[in-house]
This record gives sequence, structure tokens and C-alpha cells, in this order.
Amino acid sequence: MKYYVTRLFRSFLTLMIVITIVFLLMRMMPIEGYFGSGFDKLDAGQIEAKLKNLGLLDPLPVQLKNFYINLLKGDFGKSITYRPKVDITKILGDKLITSLRFGVASLIVSLILGLSLGILMARYKGKFWDKLGTCYVVGANAVPAVIYYLLIQVFFTDIFKLPLLFDKSDPKSWILPILCLSLVNIAYYAMWIRRYMVDELNKDYVRLARAKGLKNKSIMIRHVMRNAFVPMAQYLPASILYTVAGSIYVESLFSIPGTGGLLVTAIQRQDNTLVQALVLLYSSIGILGLMLGDILMAAFDPRIKLSNKGGSR
Amino acid sequence: MTSKKIINKMTDSIDPSLFEFADYDESKSELTGYSNYSFWRSTFQVFMKNKAAVALLILITVVVLFMVIQPYIPGQKSPTQIYINPETNLQYRNVQPNGEFWFGTNSIGQDLWARVWSGARTSLFIGVAVGLFEAVVGITIGALWGYVRRLDAIITEIYNVWDNIPTTVVLIILTYIMKPSISTIIFAMCMTGWLQMARFVRNLIMIIRDREYNLASRCLGTPTSRIIAKNLLPYLVSVIMLRMALAIPAAIGNEVFLSYIGMGLPLDVPSLGNLVNEGRALIMDPNQRYQLLFPAVVISVVTISFYVIGNVFADSADPRNHV
Repeated sequence: MKYYVTRLFRSFLTLMIVITIVFLLMRMMPIEGYFGSGFDKLDAGQIEAKLKNLGLLDPLPVQLKNFYINLLKGDFGKSITYRPKVDITKILGDKLITSLRFGVASLIVSLILGLSLGILMARYKGKFWDKLGTCYVVGANAVPAVIYYLLIQVFFTDIFKLPLLFDKSDPKSWILPILCLSLVNIAYYAMWIRRYMVDELNKDYVRLARAKGLKNKSIMIRHVMRNAFVPMAQYLPASILYTVAGSIYVESLFSIPGTGGLLVTAIQRQDNTLVQALVLLYSSIGILGLMLGDILMAAFDPRIKLSNKGGSR
Repeated sequence: MTSKKIINKMTDSIDPSLFEFADYDESKSELTGYSNYSFWRSTFQVFMKNKAAVALLILITVVVLFMVIQPYIPGQKSPTQIYINPETNLQYRNVQPNGEFWFGTNSIGQDLWARVWSGARTSLFIGVAVGLFEAVVGITIGALWGYVRRLDAIITEIYNVWDNIPTTVVLIILTYIMKPSISTIIFAMCMTGWLQMARFVRNLIMIIRDREYNLASRCLGTPTSRIIAKNLLPYLVSVIMLRMALAIPAAIGNEVFLSYIGMGLPLDVPSLGNLVNEGRALIMDPNQRYQLLFPAVVISVVTISFYVIGNVFADSADPRNHV
């Protein structure tokens, strides 16, 4: 318990440093960015008035202090340029849920397909299925994703008569985005479970189980798979949480109103408050996901102890 | 019945010739103790056994060679010049691939064949530069981080902070603050890329730093830098090569990503990312899809080759896979 408290505290410190760095970085951007296209037409007085309004003319420590105080009140502030004067939480709410839906759906698809492909590959190691699967994994990992996304969007819509863009009322328009989102993850899970199974099947406890006369199936289910869940348990919470970050490629290609391109747009348009909120969100998700994963892993596997007591080093 | 030999005394049964001193024979001693094992030759042998990797190695060598000499071949067109049809005095816009323009032309009449090769040169240069920088910085910091215990806490803290800033933020803000150019892109990618390498090297060094032979070296007073360079790094050759080989496809992918969100190289510098972006604008017209397909094929060939070669080389550089 004490371990988690210290860890939470340290994570909080890290988070503060991260957000401060991003805060300072955003203040290094040129001031033209806050005005959009009409910058040339404004005179110096107008520029100063707007900057003052945004609180950008205060010295940096004061700006930082105001920011922290608002943050402690749970107030992320209002958007500056993205949708001026709208609350950040309001902008984020719907988008997060849309991205989360797509992300979780694709995660389920990729878990099912990826694990089956990986098990198939391990079963026929060195044979046709293994080679085909390896080709797929190499392709999915090496080639920049946008290239096969584009090809999928262009050719699959023609061949299977699927809608080109996302449409809330049309369930068929979910298929291609989810497929695109899953491709890399399928490769990841397939490779991981394949390597895991190949390693594991040579270990002593599997030999012992076989010597006891256990059937292959029950060795797989009761011994190998149960062990396989341990690293999985550590990885899953983070990957579920991370889906709210969306995918910039898929969401822009299929015009899904998610969070995917939001960070990029926010930085480009210098919407400081939105950037800070997003960075804070993503970083805490990263930290939280890792911690949840550790807790879950320790729950699954009683051998794992997280505190430093009694370890060899 | 076999006849039994009766032994009166135990010593009688011993053949005295077995107890004579042998003469020193150089050739015989080499038969047992000498091994002609050589790390690099074994690596090479194991690598050559993988037919797919060898084929890709040949392919990528040819492609890279051609990439380099292409602008010096007579009769090649310029990648940035806009070609004008002498009869109509209009630009050759979106001309389909033909005898003169092998890969066709783009929407303002530039030769796609020349642009693809020029773009591939740019992207590959970025990839190699980023890969080298990542290796040097990553290994140096990773080795110090893993080996010097006093630095462990500090670097871990720096790593935590830096790793928690989303890569996209760093990439975009850096390309924003500095002018968009090749060196900016390389710098931005290096700033984010070395982290993985450093952590990787650190974890490996943590594993092997307390093995007995390192303990022995330390007791004998070997300086830290020498232990790192002589005892630890040779173990890491395979993983370091793998990481470097993977850094090239990753950097090409990052360049494509930056171009995609409009933060890439300036449009007058042909790069694979810019070409994909130009091609993307035209995919809805089936006749114009070649403008996406050609760069896509070149990117796929380059990235897949480096990926496979890197993986196979890492496997073959691992001494456990040597005969």
C-alpha cells in the first residue's frame, strides 16, 4: 500500500514537471499564431489588448501561478482559438467517447484475431502459416501506416462497396476504420503470443505436465495460457486507456469526430489551454495505465511483489 | 569357455607403456585447443542462410546504388523543374506514365520518376542520420545510466519526464519553432528517438553488469569506461544493430507523418512524405492513383528491406545462434 502511495506521489511530481515544460514550450511560439489570418490588419494596440486579455503579457511565473491555481480548482479554462471561449471539457467530452468506442472495438478485434493468428503460427512453426503470418507482421510494422490505410480506403470501398467516410447512422461505416485501427495491433499480439508460446512450450513445467499425461489441450489452457495472461494483464489497461487519444490518420481519413488530430490542430493554432489539457490528460493516462497494469499483474501472479523489500537487488 | 588369465599381483595388469611421458607435438595440441571461431564470419554465415534476407539485401543495395547515381545518369529529368508542352505551351499536368515520363507527372507538371528517386534520397538520408545519432547518444547515455549507479536515479527521473511528453508535441513544437528544413526534421526526430535506445541499452547493461567476469575486472582495477567498452558493449552489438536498422523505417514513417499533418519539409524539397501527400490529394480519381502508388511502392521496398535485414542480422549477430 505504501508503495502505491509513494509511487502515486512521484508520478504526480513527474506530471507537474511535464505540464510545466509543455506550458513553457507553448509560450515560445510566435505571437502571430494567436490571431489567425487577420494578423496583418491589426494595429499594435489591438494586438496588445488581445494578448492582455489572454493573460499572455504577464510575466511567465505569474502565468504559471494562475495556471496552477485554476488547475487545482479543476478548471481547465476555455479554448483560445480552436473553438474560442468554449470550455475545454465540453470540447473534449464527445470526442473522447467517440475515440474510445473505436479504440475499444478495434482492441477487441485485434485481440481475437491477433491471438488466434499467433497461436496458429506457433502451432505450425516454420510451415506455411508461420511464414504467411511473418510476412504480414513485417509488412504491418515496417511500412508507414498511412500508406496501407490509404490503399485500404481506396480499394476496399470499391471492392466491398463500403462507405468511404464515417457516418453515425450507418453501422457499415464502422468496418473500415476499425479494420485500419486493428492492423498494427493484430501484428503486435500475433508476434507476441507466437514468441511466448514457442519459448514456453520448451520449459520444464510443460514437460512435466506432458509427462504426467495431461492432454495437449489442458496443458495449453491450464498452464501455458494462464501464464500468458500475466504480461498481458500489465499491458492491457494502458492500451485501453490510450485509445482515447485516437488515431490521427484513421480519424482524419474517415472523417471521424474523435480526438485523433486534436492535439496537432491545437498546437498548430496555438490553443494553449487545449494543448495543456490534452497533454495533462495523455500523460496521466500513461502513468495511470502503467500503474493499473502493475496492480493487475501482481493480482494475477502471486509471485510478483512490487515493493523493493527482500528483492535480490 | 574363455581362458582366464590369472593375475598374481595387481601391478602386473597395468600396461607400463601408458605411463611414459608423451613428446610435445604442436599439431596434435592444436587439434583440441584451437578453434577457428570468428564472430563476424559466423555472423556472416548465419546471415547468408536466410534466403529472403539475402534477396532483400541485394535488392536494397541495388536500389540505394541506383538512388545515388540516378542524377548523374545522362537524360534524367530534374525533380523540381516544371515541364511545358512545346506544342500547346501548357504544363504537362497529371500525364499518365508513358515513354517520356516513366512514372507520369504530378499536378503541376514535374517528372514523378525523378521526384520519387530524389525523395527517396532525402528520406533515406534523414533515416540514416537519425539512426546514427540515436545509436551514439542512446548508447552513451544508456551505458552510463545502466552502469553508473549514482546517475541511475537522476537519469531515470529525466527519462520519466521526457517520456511522458507526447512525441507529437515535441516533434510539432520543434518544427514550429525552427524553420522547416531537413536539419530541423532530423533534429526533432533525434530529440525524441534516443530515449528508446537509451532505455534498451540500460536494461541490457543492468542484466550483465554484475556477472562474475565484470566483478573480476572491477576488482583488478579496470576503469569504468574500459569495462563498458570492452566487456559490455560487444554483448550489445546485435541489439544495437537491430535498433539502428529499425530507426530507418521509423524515421521514414515519422517524416511521412509530419508531412501528413502539414509540418513536414517545405514543398519544394521532394521527399517521400511530400510525394505521398501529393498523391493522397488525387486518390479519388482512379486515373491519378499512380501518383500515390509509385511513392508507396518505393517506401514499402525500402522500409521492409531495412526491417527484415535488421532483424535477421540481429539474429545472426547473436552468438547463441552461431554453430
